[in-house]
Amino acid sequence: MSDFVSQFWNLYVIVIVLVSVVGCYLFLLSQSKATFTPGKATGHVWDETLEEYNNPLPKWWSWLFVITVVFALVYLALYPGLGNFKGVLGWSSTGQHKAEVDKVDAAVKPLFDKYMAMDLKAVAGDKQAMEMGKRLYLTYCMQCHGADARGAKGFPNLTDGDWLYGGEPDQIKETIANGRMGVMPPHAQLGADTIKDLANYVRSLSGLPNDAVRAAKGKEAFTSAGCVGCHGPEATGMHALGAPNLTDKVWLYGSSEATIIETITNGRQNQMPAWKEFLGDAKVHLLSAYVLSVGQAAK
Amino acid sequence: MLKHDQIERSVTLLIVLTLLVVSVGGLLEIVPLFFQKSTTTPVEGTKPYDAVRLAGRDVYIREGCYLCHSQMIRPFRAETERYGHYSVAGEYVYDHPFQWGSKRTGPDLHRVGGRYSDEWQRAHLMNPRDVVPESNMPAFAFLASAKAKDTVGADIEKKMEVMRGFAQMRGIPTYSDEEIKGAKAAIGDKTEMDVLIAYLQGMGLALKNTK
Repeated sequence: MSDFVSQFWNLYVIVIVLVSVVGCYLFLLSQSKATFTPGKATGHVWDETLEEYNNPLPKWWSWLFVITVVFALVYLALYPGLGNFKGVLGWSSTGQHKAEVDKVDAAVKPLFDKYMAMDLKAVAGDKQAMEMGKRLYLTYCMQCHGADARGAKGFPNLTDGDWLYGGEPDQIKETIANGRMGVMPPHAQLGADTIKDLANYVRSLSGLPNDAVRAAKGKEAFTSAGCVGCHGPEATGMHALGAPNLTDKVWLYGSSEATIIETITNGRQNQMPAWKEFLGDAKVHLLSAYVLSVGQAAK
Repeated sequence: MLKHDQIERSVTLLIVLTLLVVSVGGLLEIVPLFFQKSTTTPVEGTKPYDAVRLAGRDVYIREGCYLCHSQMIRPFRAETERYGHYSVAGEYVYDHPFQWGSKRTGPDLHRVGGRYSDEWQRAHLMNPRDVVPESNMPAFAFLASAKAKDTVGADIEKKMEVMRGFAQMRGIPTYSDEEIKGAKAAIGDKTEMDVLIAYLQGMGLALKNTK
């Protein structure tokens, strides 16, 4: 990665590196020639009695030093180190990364190709594919949907067989590939009283304890306030909009009256990120099959 | 020729020669980096942090996020599979100082932008265990009750001017006067959590989907 703004920096690096390496060697050489008598003090005295000897360097140490100099020169010839010179081996960290990736890609491509050619239901029934899918899931999906795929508040449980955007293989794949943007608009304008009626009606739909009088008023408001537009006249939701089915026992944000009131008053929005560009088709295919199998296991 | 006897007896000479020796590494490995195109020019798509993200970045630094999170994806398959394209020098040209970090108790964050929804980031910062039960990250719920304009955004114009100074030194795109004037308005009533999420969601987008 040497893209210096001028030739000067190329030469600057080369000259300092070579002068340092060669200089070290010459320095060693100059110090190896005995210009003094072994065992005789230099005449340099400190603290009254401390004297200094200047014995020759041990041979083994000198040779080790020579070896490091030779190593440095060989290294500089093979690897990038001298300015713009790329080294005889042509090594680079990005090249090494590419080789590593290509090697694994070549090994797993037949597997991915095989599964790409199968339809999602068949892939979901393949043991090895599901092993792979699980690893992909644990790398990319568990942060929101949980290691056990049971989700969290605001993040769908994938094992309950209830699907905001539909549980058909193609719908799951679409969700993973291109993401989803779910918006429940805020309805604070309805007033606290009506919202409480609605919350009681919504609770009554799934058989939770509720105030029957309020629930009856809520049922009217459900139509007049336009809730039916997304959740449908039977409140069974709409996959195209990701509007949840209100009649089942699955709650994304919670089923308490207070939580439902909060949901209606302030609205909710959440997003499933798109993964197609980041992961590529083959991994999205395997993940879709894995999610499909996790959902089926619940049934 | 100099004798070691002379060097040892002259403190000044000893200091000068010692400095000369220890500076060789830096002169070779640091100084030339300031004169490389790949380290000084932004990667296409890398933009200066806008006022909100710059404030968010200061929350990131203040809370010591860098102590557990790195912002440096190394060119190893295991990392690029998980996080995305390895980091390149040109992505850090607007980072003063960069937040590479040196330890990963949590995951690398260099390409966290767009990886999760804003709502996930919020739920996760409020209490990480609400979304990832295995997490040992501390909760940062208090960020939601502090207004950014009172803390990290208080002197945002000054900060942007300093950042502009750095960019001008290198001759790369930077803030206009209007952007600096509008900084307070851009931050508005946002909480520290809002600006931090804005910062996180902007990270690493330049090469997010590059293979």
